Formats: sequence, C-alpha cells, structure tokens
Amino acid sequence: MASLDDLKKRISSVKSTQKITKAMKMVAAAKLRRAQENAERGRPYSKKMNNIILNLSNGITDVENAPKLLAGTGQDKVHLCIVMTADRGLCGGFNSNIIKKAKAFFRKISENGKELKIITVGSKGYDQLKRIYKSKIIQRISFKDSKNANYFDADKVGRIIIEKFEKKEFDICTIFYNQFKNVITQIPQEQQIIPLKTNEDKDKSSEENYEFEPDEDEILANLLPKNISTQIFKAMLENSASEQGSRMSAMDNATRNAGEMVDKLTIKYNRSRQAAITKELIEIISGAESL
Amino acid sequence: MEQFNLEIISPEKSFLIKNDAVEVVIPAIEGYMGVLKDHIPIISFLKPGIIDVKLSNESLNFYVDDGIVEFKDNTLSILTSSIFDIKDITKNNVDKILKNVEEELKKENIKDQDRFILEKKIEVLNSLSIN
Repeated sequence: MASLDDLKKRISSVKSTQKITKAMKMVAAAKLRRAQENAERGRPYSKKMNNIILNLSNGITDVENAPKLLAGTGQDKVHLCIVMTADRGLCGGFNSNIIKKAKAFFRKISENGKELKIITVGSKGYDQLKRIYKSKIIQRISFKDSKNANYFDADKVGRIIIEKFEKKEFDICTIFYNQFKNVITQIPQEQQIIPLKTNEDKDKSSEENYEFEPDEDEILANLLPKNISTQIFKAMLENSASEQGSRMSAMDNATRNAGEMVDKLTIKYNRSRQAAITKELIEIISGAESL
Repeated sequence: MEQFNLEIISPEKSFLIKNDAVEVVIPAIEGYMGVLKDHIPIISFLKPGIIDVKLSNESLNFYVDDGIVEFKDNTLSILTSSIFDIKDITKNNVDKILKNVEEELKKENIKDQDRFILEKKIEVLNSLSIN
C-alpha cells in the first residue's frame, strides 16, 4: 500500500492538474464566444456568394464550355483531399474525428483504384496522417502564427488549390472539417468543392433575368476561384469554433474527473492515516498488557 | 427621394448595411456604374476604385480592391474581401499596398488582365492624395 506521503503528493499533483484544466476550460470558453461570433458574421458572405453562383450557373447556356471549376475536368482519377485540423491538441475528439472521416474516405478512394493526394491544413492533421499516408501528402500548411482564422490565410490555401488545378494535378477536390453545431456536438464534414456541387433544388432560385457585365462566362471565371477561398474560409471558421467548443467540453470533463479523483484519494488518505493510528494504539495496548 | 437597400459584405463581417441609399457609384470592371432605385437586376465585378455612396443625409466613400456586385429587388449587394473607408485610410496603409503591388508587377509571366488590375490599383491609390 502506498505510504501517506505518497498519497499526499498524489493528491497535490492531481489538484494542480485540475487547476490547469480549469484554466484551459475558461480560456476555451472565452475564445469560443469570439469564434462563434466570427462564424456567424462570416455567414452572409458565403451565402450570398453561393446564391450568385447558383443564379449564374443556371444562366449558363453552353454547358460543355462551362468553366472547369464548375463542370469538372470530366474525369475523376485523381482526388485531392484537404484535411483541415487544429494546430493544437487537448481538444477531445476534435482532430481525430476529422481524421477518422478522412481515412474512411481515403480507403474508399484507394479501393476504387483512384489516385490520392493530400494537403493538410493544421499541424495535428499531419501528425496523425504521416504514419500511414506520408507518401500521399503533397503539402502541409499551418497557420500557427495567426491568432484567428482570417480570410487572408484562407485565400492563400485557395490559391494553392487553384494553381494545382490549373496544372491539372487533380480532378476532384474535397475538404474535410468539423461543422460546429453546438458546444457538445461537432459534425465532421466532407465537402466537394471542385467541381462545384450546386444544390439540386433549382426551382428555388428565381428565374430572375440578370443583366451580366461582362458575360456570364467571364464573371464565373472570376467568381469561382473566389468561391474556393470562401469555402475554405467558411471551413476555417467552423473549425475554429468547433475546436474551442470541443476543448471546452473536454476540459470540463477533465476538471470533473480530477475532482472525483481528489475525493477518492482524500478518502484513501484519511483511511490509511486512521489505520496507522489504530495500529500504533494496538501496539501500545498489547505492549502494556504483556507487562 | 427614392431609396433602396445597400449591403457591403466582407468575408469577416457585414461591413455596412443601409436602407436609405439614394445613389451608389461603383467601379465595375467595364467602367464606373451609377445605381439608382429600380435598376434592372445585374451581376458584375469590380476593379480597384472608389465606391461613392449617397445616403439620404450623408455620403460615404470607400476604396475597394475587388469584389462582386449584385443588384436585385432593390437591394445592392457588394461582396468584397478588401475595403477601407477613405476617411480611415492612412498614408502608411497606402504605401504598404503600393509596395505590394509593385512587387507583384515585377513578377514575370503576369497575365495581361492581372497587370491591368494592378496598374489600375496604383492609379487609384495615387489619385487619393492622402497625407
């Protein structure tokens, strides 16, 4: 059995761990609020962008000559997957959920005999994927230095993707990220961004007759690359809100567990202290009796 | 006075939302374009320039790099990733942008269209004459 001293040390170490997890929880909660606000403020842009593209793609008459970003290359041999994770750990299942989703997708692709290329955004994704998929990872991007998700970073990723697409390095591009539902639930998502999947409910978009200046094709050619960046940015915002939410609930659990542990250890400590006292008393009494 | 809605949205936030716009002049890619109430539905994109907003009781000026405009149902939506209020812009900012642009221009194999946009940017920024 552990000695009293050991137990004492143990208790104080658990207590200080508890302090850390508690602090992390507070920080995550504060950051979560900001991240959530940012995510909400970013929504009108991507929504509007989507609407415009929807209207435009309905207006396109010559489907065969539509921009490649919209219509695809006509093949689906090479898949590019953008796996977006956090740069930090200690946030519950946040990173591993994305990775799990991505890995399932990777397996499906390889089973169908397609070629796979991976770009990781965020260092945790790379850490987890490098063991199995090292040869497939063509680039890794990390924004450790920037504090919040910002459009400038998203645009950088967008440009890299477009550049690779123009060099015909892939046919289909899919991004993986966590969608923020609430603090407890984050849903890992896979979303195809090239070629663009427009929502099927075309009746909803009005048959508005737009004037285009210049023509549809040119606007689309200008708009689609921007849309890629917008989608990436949206994913980044959702991700950062999810990360903080996930960390908050993970740290909340950890704090609670630490509390339970301290209670248990304290009881154990008290018991063994009592046992030691009883033992000593018995020794004295039996010593006195034997005289 | 006939008024319509104006919304300027950047990826990070809704930059400006007004419902008493009287006239908005935007630097569309094929030339400046004035928008009044009951304009026909239009989609276009922007080149670097100045957006001139006339509200019912004040007028505002913004500098934009690029963006997309849509006018529909008497709502003018401007989506742009970089926009500044002219009042807030400082000489430092302008110099920084100009420097970036000049570096971009030095690159080889630059597309004609990009070159046009970049040169336009310099022209507009220089014309601002900010001290």
